[in-house]
Amino acid sequence: MTQPQLVADGLTAGYKDRTVIEKLDLTVPPGRITAIVGANACGKSTLLRSLSRLLRPRGGRVLLDGAAVHAMPAKRLARRLGLLPQSPIAPEGITVADLVGRGRHPHQRVLSRWSAADDDAVADALDATETAELADRPVDELSGGQRQRVWIAMALAQRTEILLLDEPTTFLDVNHQVEVLDLLTDLNHTRGTTIVMVLHDLNLAARYSDRLIAMVDGRIHAAGEPGEVLTAANVETVFGLRCEVITDPVSGRPLMLPVGRHGARQPAQPAG
Amino acid sequence: MTAKNMTATGQLVTRARRRRATRRRIAVGCLLAGVLVAAALSLMIGRTFYPPGDVLRVIAGETVPGASFTVGRLRLPRTVLGLVAGLAFGLAGVTFQTMLRNPLASPDIIGISYGASAAATFGIVVLSWGGAAVSALAIVAGLGVALLVYLLSYRGGVAGTRLILVGIGMAAMLQSATNYFLSKASQWDHHEAMRWITGSLNGATWEATLPVVAAVAVLAPVLLGHDRELTQLGLGDDTAAALGVRVERTRLVAIVAAVGLIAFATAAAGPIAFVAFLSGPIAARIVGPNGSPLLPAALVGALLVLVADLVGQYATDTRYPVGVVTGVLGAPYLVYLIVRTHRSGGSL
Repeated sequence: MTQPQLVADGLTAGYKDRTVIEKLDLTVPPGRITAIVGANACGKSTLLRSLSRLLRPRGGRVLLDGAAVHAMPAKRLARRLGLLPQSPIAPEGITVADLVGRGRHPHQRVLSRWSAADDDAVADALDATETAELADRPVDELSGGQRQRVWIAMALAQRTEILLLDEPTTFLDVNHQVEVLDLLTDLNHTRGTTIVMVLHDLNLAARYSDRLIAMVDGRIHAAGEPGEVLTAANVETVFGLRCEVITDPVSGRPLMLPVGRHGARQPAQPAG
Repeated sequence: MTAKNMTATGQLVTRARRRRATRRRIAVGCLLAGVLVAAALSLMIGRTFYPPGDVLRVIAGETVPGASFTVGRLRLPRTVLGLVAGLAFGLAGVTFQTMLRNPLASPDIIGISYGASAAATFGIVVLSWGGAAVSALAIVAGLGVALLVYLLSYRGGVAGTRLILVGIGMAAMLQSATNYFLSKASQWDHHEAMRWITGSLNGATWEATLPVVAAVAVLAPVLLGHDRELTQLGLGDDTAAALGVRVERTRLVAIVAAVGLIAFATAAAGPIAFVAFLSGPIAARIVGPNGSPLLPAALVGALLVLVADLVGQYATDTRYPVGVVTGVLGAPYLVYLIVRTHRSGGSL
């Protein structure tokens, strides 16, 4: 698989009369895991939506291997780049196998029948996410963690080189958060899938990403290896939160410990 | 990986899919058979009973004393209108329900049918128009109401609930407009009025029926051709777009085609109550939740109209218009749906 080059070039995007990101440049490292973090409404989701052509840029371009994604035929792009939105909707009563099969849409022509390749891709996706035993169950009946794995399976069945995920761990218990991030890492390691995900949890983002991007007000404030980006100074700027950063004894990555007004062993020193 | 050395999961997936496909084929086959039987019955039954042989000979163009007039002139247009209007309502209803991901978002609940109905009465009663002009007016009004409901419920994106509530209000207004126009038409008899209030196949003629046949022949393939895209919209606009569906284009095609079907059918048969609303959910019960609901819902629509018309005509001593019968079926389901959504804590 050649490494896909996904690049935002002077990207400006927003909704109606509000510009959310302005003149943003970004090169997604191919074959790696990138995590985007930032405070609410800093433009993380807008960036993800623009990268995946869900949102048409106001200015600048998004290029996949040099071609503007917004000018590409929809299905052709969808065979190369997948996106899992923040809260996807499962149609009432749909079974796991059928939902995962929906990921095959970009590979099917208008009148073509379902093919053996489609079945293989669905089976692969179910195996990779360990959801095969759920195949005949209605999605409504699953737990939050199972459901998220099924959605990821749908995105896997799409067989794209790049996968964008908007907060894939929201609403999940901590064990399921770790499970989902482990799964994405497996995917990256075994298939070389380029992954870009928006995450809320800074520590998990630092642990599971090769590259960490911190956004403030629609700009990239810092980007690089997690060790360079997750610093007390950056957290202060990005979230307005005082914190300490230590080395995570489990992963060796940075670990952020917030200093609030309460709960610290010693009362926080007044600023200055 | 080839079919020969498929994994266990692969076999499981293939088997499950074949099972679903078989179930679907059987269900669709049964629905189709049901529609044909209902259509045949509606041609045979009446003041005089004609056996299937006579009916077939009339359809084939032979002259059969008595049957040629009764079946060929009176019953056939009525049956064909019931069939195509049912297909049109069923297909249009499920299109809206799928696209807006809400069973309440059917075009008869959100005012589109009543818009077409009000415009048709206005055209006939006030402007003294007829035929194609009335159909055209009904289509323009249907599209207009659809656009108006859309714009009134638009606030940085369309939320399903807002659209449905605005539509219900719009439906009430348009129904009173229909009643107003009808009250102006003093010479109209009760049966004629009922067509525009609840829908009826009484007085079906070829002139009224053929435009609906043409509309279904053109628009149904358009919608069925967008089957997969429309089904994908059930995953939410973002997910559908990420899977390569051109969301805006699909939605535009679907709205225009569905409103066209509703308007043509309404101009000929009135807004046959609740058929658009009921067909999709009934079809989903029959074929299961997986796969596209479009074709099954169209067949359920036709079956509902044909059977309800038979019931309305022959089940009691009084002849009721078809819309009264479907209304009796549909109203409890509407109540059930609202109660259920409230109980599960969801919004509309």
